[in-house]
Amino acid sequence: MKNYDVTVIGGGPGGLAAAISADNAGASTLLIEREARLGGVLKQCIHDGFGVIRFGEKLSGCEYATRLIRELETTGAELMLSTFVSKAEKQRDGYLLTLTSRGGMERVFTKALVLATGCRERTAKQVAIHGTRPAGVFTAGTAQAFLNVRGQMPGKRCVILGSGDIGLIMARRLTLEGARVLGVYEAKPDPSGLMRNISQCLWDFDIPLHLSKTVTTVHGDERVEAVTVAEVDEKMRPIAGTEEYIPCDTLILSVGLIPENELAESLGVPLDKKTKGPFCDQSYMTLVDGVFSCGNTLHVSDLADYVSESGDAAGRRAASYARRERSLLPVNISRDFSYVVPQYLDPEADLSETVFFFRTAAERKKTKLRILLDGVEIKQKQYNGLRPPEMERIPFDLSGAGLTKDSKLELLMEEVRS
Amino acid sequence: MTKELICITCPNSCRISAELGENGTVSVSGNLCPRGEIFASNELTCPKRSLTTTVRTVFGDMPVLPVRTAGEIPKEMIMDAMAVLSGLVIRERVKCGDVVVRSILDTGCDVIATLDL
Ligand SMILES: Cc1cc2nc3c(=O)[nH]c(=O)nc-3n(C[C@H](O)[C@H](O)[C@H](O)COP(=O)(O)OP(=O)(O)OC[C@H]3O[C@@H](n4cnc5c(N)ncnc54)[C@H](O)[C@@H]3O)c2cc1C
Ligand code: SF4
Repeated sequence: MKNYDVTVIGGGPGGLAAAISADNAGASTLLIEREARLGGVLKQCIHDGFGVIRFGEKLSGCEYATRLIRELETTGAELMLSTFVSKAEKQRDGYLLTLTSRGGMERVFTKALVLATGCRERTAKQVAIHGTRPAGVFTAGTAQAFLNVRGQMPGKRCVILGSGDIGLIMARRLTLEGARVLGVYEAKPDPSGLMRNISQCLWDFDIPLHLSKTVTTVHGDERVEAVTVAEVDEKMRPIAGTEEYIPCDTLILSVGLIPENELAESLGVPLDKKTKGPFCDQSYMTLVDGVFSCGNTLHVSDLADYVSESGDAAGRRAASYARRERSLLPVNISRDFSYVVPQYLDPEADLSETVFFFRTAAERKKTKLRILLDGVEIKQKQYNGLRPPEMERIPFDLSGAGLTKDSKLELLMEEVRS
Repeated sequence: MTKELICITCPNSCRISAELGENGTVSVSGNLCPRGEIFASNELTCPKRSLTTTVRTVFGDMPVLPVRTAGEIPKEMIMDAMAVLSGLVIRERVKCGDVVVRSILDTGCDVIATLDL
């Protein structure tokens, strides 16, 4: 049986970065991807806006992936494509993985494991829509793959439910290809995508965005013929009398992403209810020793650049992983936060490259973020505004802060009056 | 007249207020960096966008090839550029970064492949 220091599962921008950094750190490294090609979701992301942070250039998702793949090719990391990790089991000194591929079943042993399995889309099952289930209902990602990978149009007259970024990007994409996008409907009072995508994908093409409205019914037997939309109250319940019947042949759902964590759960890795990804420390190690997590498996990022940044760190730390007892210190957050990653700090491990990622629970104006250690402020940062769709990043060298396992670390938000 | 814009140059998505003065000068506020000023003045005078799309190929393993403009072209030419690209069929293998259309619509801007075919 083959034996590795680090095995990375998933060949998207998170896993590619992790495999490169683990190999660069001197670990014998294996990267496993279930599809025939590397790149993960980026294979279908033909739009640009990737790489501004990592490469200082505006690249398309495909180009961003190509850069990482070329970099991986210069390393000694081993690669297994079209191979699915069907089982992961904990053993005394590491993990035993069962791999399934066309060639059959195989097992490998690894000291440390990096989970980089990405996320999947929420589907129609997870949102309450009445009516039939005719052809013509797609998740935004499925429609994206149809059009950008296979070159097939999902439909001609489209309604988009949900204002997530992939839906916004698809509104523009479908319009460019000659479809009519009748409108984007969002049940919440605020759009959930990034403002830049609202601007360049909707405003540029005069596509209407309807807030506090949702699709209540899908009509049609074989193919979608129409949808009914209605206004919703603050509890997201449709308001009677506001229904509108909209003839269309396609309904596209862009209602959010959920981290893919089946393998993590099978290993008993505890998940954060908020992020739906594993709890982790500043080294991206989960609460199970030797299991690391990065990218969208950990928490859904808005930028592939941040996904790769977590991959870099997870791969490097997995390469130097040696078993020892950890006494973890929780990172406390006030109710103003939706979440923070990492949720824990390991005072015994390197703290110099700690990076906090957080999202605000609600939209806010000018805000001061404060980090307190045992009640004393050790850092603050001002924001002109915070929105839940926009993930914020705070790199913070905590190595000289004198953290111990009994310290108390808190993140707070304060309103700034001008 | 003041216009409220979202800068699309980088992920910061700054909200910019921009005003076109009588002598053609543009005054801006809200931008975190000078690139926002360039974006805003272009937006008021000659808005530009990059175009990302796919073109058809003759190859079964990749029926469409992702492409993009190597820089930005005037926003009002986007649909015309789409028309040019939808008539194109790629018959030879290309690499990521290779030019598939030179200076589309005489904009001086090439269209390049963004994946290995
Ligand atoms: C449809 C869609 C569109 C998106 N569009 C954008 C965008 O425009 N811009 C942006 O910044 N972000 C976008 N995202 C978010 C995007 O997922 C991240 O930016 C980035 O691709 C995440 O990288 P990753 O490496 O974490 O995961 P992925 O790119 O999802 O890669 C995970 C990989 O793991 C593999 N895998 C999973 N399970 C197993 C297993 N058991 N065995 C072997 N391999 C496995 C998968 O096949 C996949 O290749 C999008 C996400 C989705 C779902
Ligand atoms: S103004 Fe500068 S920092 Fe702000 S979005 Fe534009 S390029 Fe980015």
